[in-house]
Amino acid sequence: MRALLIAFMLLVVTPAWAVQPDEILSDPVLEERARDLSKGLRCLVCRNESIDESNASLARDLRILLRERLVAGDSDQEAVDFIVNRYGEYVLLNPPASGSTWLLWAAGPLMLLLAAGLGYGYLRGRSTAPAADQTPLSAEEQARLDDILNK
Amino acid sequence: MITELGHFALILAFGVAIFQMVVPLIGAYKRWPGWMAVAEPAAGAQFALTALAFGALMWAFITSDFSLRLVVLNSHSMKPMLYKISGTWGNHEGSMLLWVLIVSLFGAMAAWFGGNLPQSLRARVLGVQAAIGVAFYGFILFTSNPFLRLATPPFDGQDLNPLLQDPGLAFHPPFLYLGYVGLSMTFSFAVAALIEGRIDAAWGRWVRPWTLAAWIFLTIGIALGSWWAYYELGWGGFWFWDPVENASFMPWLLAVALLHSAIVVEKRESLKSWTILLAILAFGFSLIGTFIVRSGLLTSVHAFANDPERGVFILMIMAFFMGGALVLFAMRASALEAKGVFGIVSRESALLVNNVLLAVACFVVFIGTMWPLLAEMFFDRKLSVGPPFFNAAFTPFMVVLGLVLPIGSALPWKRAQIGRALKPLRYVFVLAIAVGGLAFAMQSGRSLLGPVGLFLGAWIVMGTVVDLLGRTGRGQGRLRRLTRLPRADWGKMLAHAGLGITMAGIAGITAWSVDDIRAVPIGGSVEVGSYTVQLDNVERLQGPNYMATTGYVTLFQNGVEIAQLRPEKRFYPVAEMPTTEAAIDYNLARDVYVVIGDEQDDGGWVVRTYIKPLTNWIWIGCALMALGGLLSLSDRRFRIAAGAAKRPTQVPAE
Repeated sequence: MRALLIAFMLLVVTPAWAVQPDEILSDPVLEERARDLSKGLRCLVCRNESIDESNASLARDLRILLRERLVAGDSDQEAVDFIVNRYGEYVLLNPPASGSTWLLWAAGPLMLLLAAGLGYGYLRGRSTAPAADQTPLSAEEQARLDDILNK
Repeated sequence: MITELGHFALILAFGVAIFQMVVPLIGAYKRWPGWMAVAEPAAGAQFALTALAFGALMWAFITSDFSLRLVVLNSHSMKPMLYKISGTWGNHEGSMLLWVLIVSLFGAMAAWFGGNLPQSLRARVLGVQAAIGVAFYGFILFTSNPFLRLATPPFDGQDLNPLLQDPGLAFHPPFLYLGYVGLSMTFSFAVAALIEGRIDAAWGRWVRPWTLAAWIFLTIGIALGSWWAYYELGWGGFWFWDPVENASFMPWLLAVALLHSAIVVEKRESLKSWTILLAILAFGFSLIGTFIVRSGLLTSVHAFANDPERGVFILMIMAFFMGGALVLFAMRASALEAKGVFGIVSRESALLVNNVLLAVACFVVFIGTMWPLLAEMFFDRKLSVGPPFFNAAFTPFMVVLGLVLPIGSALPWKRAQIGRALKPLRYVFVLAIAVGGLAFAMQSGRSLLGPVGLFLGAWIVMGTVVDLLGRTGRGQGRLRRLTRLPRADWGKMLAHAGLGITMAGIAGITAWSVDDIRAVPIGGSVEVGSYTVQLDNVERLQGPNYMATTGYVTLFQNGVEIAQLRPEKRFYPVAEMPTTEAAIDYNLARDVYVVIGDEQDDGGWVVRTYIKPLTNWIWIGCALMALGGLLSLSDRRFRIAAGAAKRPTQVPAE
């Protein structure tokens, strides 16, 4: 907690910016992988920013850590798991469809099925419905119509 | 003195709103014309009083009256005048006052321009609108009063959040609020119609201009916010799926759905109860948006000022209006029977598909936004739902929507033959596939998003053009007939084409952006694609209320100089906050986006260069959507309907 607080203080006092030149790996393939992965990892002290975008020093530490793992020969999955093991699944901007989270992923398609079913039912009803009852005009409306027609 | 007058005016407005809520509703129930008629002057008076209060607050900001607590917290005597004015709504209390000002503005407009409404419906609409006002006047006066004085005023204020000191953001909140709060009008119409127990084609026509107006403002507001984020936050992102952005996007999606379903009510007297439900939900999402922003419940980059206790108050307002409206809906909806009969393949069903897609897409955004909260409450998991989820779960709906759009808008009402509707579109389809294929061939090994987006953009834009031409019939005089088409047709075409252009722009920036980050010595240069970025000099300058580090950058394309860029890094000493001012070379094909960073130990500077293809299409598309809405709003049938009491109505045949 204290580390977070200090990181936050640093963020406020010294402006730093997202990915710094000295962080960039010399191997362009590894760097490309690192950029892609860091877009999916959350900066923990920021409000809803990925570590790729964030200028907090904690984000910088995470970017360097991620690159160290990649240089050490980790696969993408291993490098991300390494960070998730230390910081919790809160760092993942893309929640994995496991456990209760499958509900989140399934919610959209399920709702679409439901809505499509209801919509189709409504359409069936409308296409087979008897033609709208042509309610005759009320006396008042008839009088107004005559009035207009006879003008 | 002026401040006290403003405070007093606000309290009076609260009283007028209570009167306007109670008397016309009783009058409409008892059918007493006098009691119903007071709604109109009351709505005018309420607006005038609230405007007076808002003007008084603005005056305090303009004159830097530091005896006012709000001015001390959010202003500074050195601040440029524009931001003193925009500071009025750049904080919680002021923005709530703006909110209620717009509620009363829409109420007054309904009173002034609602002459064609039946008297009881008008009285009820104004009564419900006043009820919304009452809730928010109460909220302001009891929890967030902007007119509180300080016993010992300081010499100077604490300045406005520097990120907000920007022309784009100065006007972003008023537009967004006009949109959010504009939906209160459709809500009032829906509830009034439920109380009245009658919804017909005329209701569909009355509610449409208000939805359209709210949607136009919402579109402009969202586009301004997105544009601001693009050039101000310093890495060229335009949409972050942030809770607060989602909060404005959900009402927008529902407003689009409502616009389309209200057409079915107006033309075919079907989908009535669904339209009513949408009108209620659209405003519900506006309230949820306010709640999210004001409570700080969800962490967001936009949380400038929030407080949990105020959140509870807004939650209560939301529970009352949504609960009440939904109960009323459950009681009355069964009485709203549909009249139109139509086949499975028809314009009606295409609009239904549009509504299903938009509503489910809105639901996806909603559940993604709320999921971190739900997961923590019910499953004890602390997790994030970020852009990757929304991109994966939301985009498919928009792709399908884009695919269906040109076909749906070509279908005739009642009963259609899919083959006949598709016939004029087949060349368009082939051409659009060619555009997508070309994009696919020119890129190598990247995601499919770019080609798909360009295909959709071309398909929608060309599809709407063919649709419009199809309306001119055959043979001689087509050009003349084209110019005589109702403005609603032109509006529809522009708005749909705008959507296509925005989709292509989003695909372009998402799929083909290139960036380069490196330290550059003064006089050195960077090659990015066919561009050369040369850092000529860096100077430290003094702004009115900030210190700036300005880079002098020359941009070359294939060795030819095309622009001088001035990226800036600012530091606001009063708020102790840094901001970036990116320098952007705008162009229809691409933006070159240059940001200057920190000085390095060896004397070089960090220079970030981004090439962002098709970015401007996003905002051009949004502007076209808003323009289309405006054209449609000025259509003859709304103006004629406004004078319908005097003349017999002529309805243009679609």
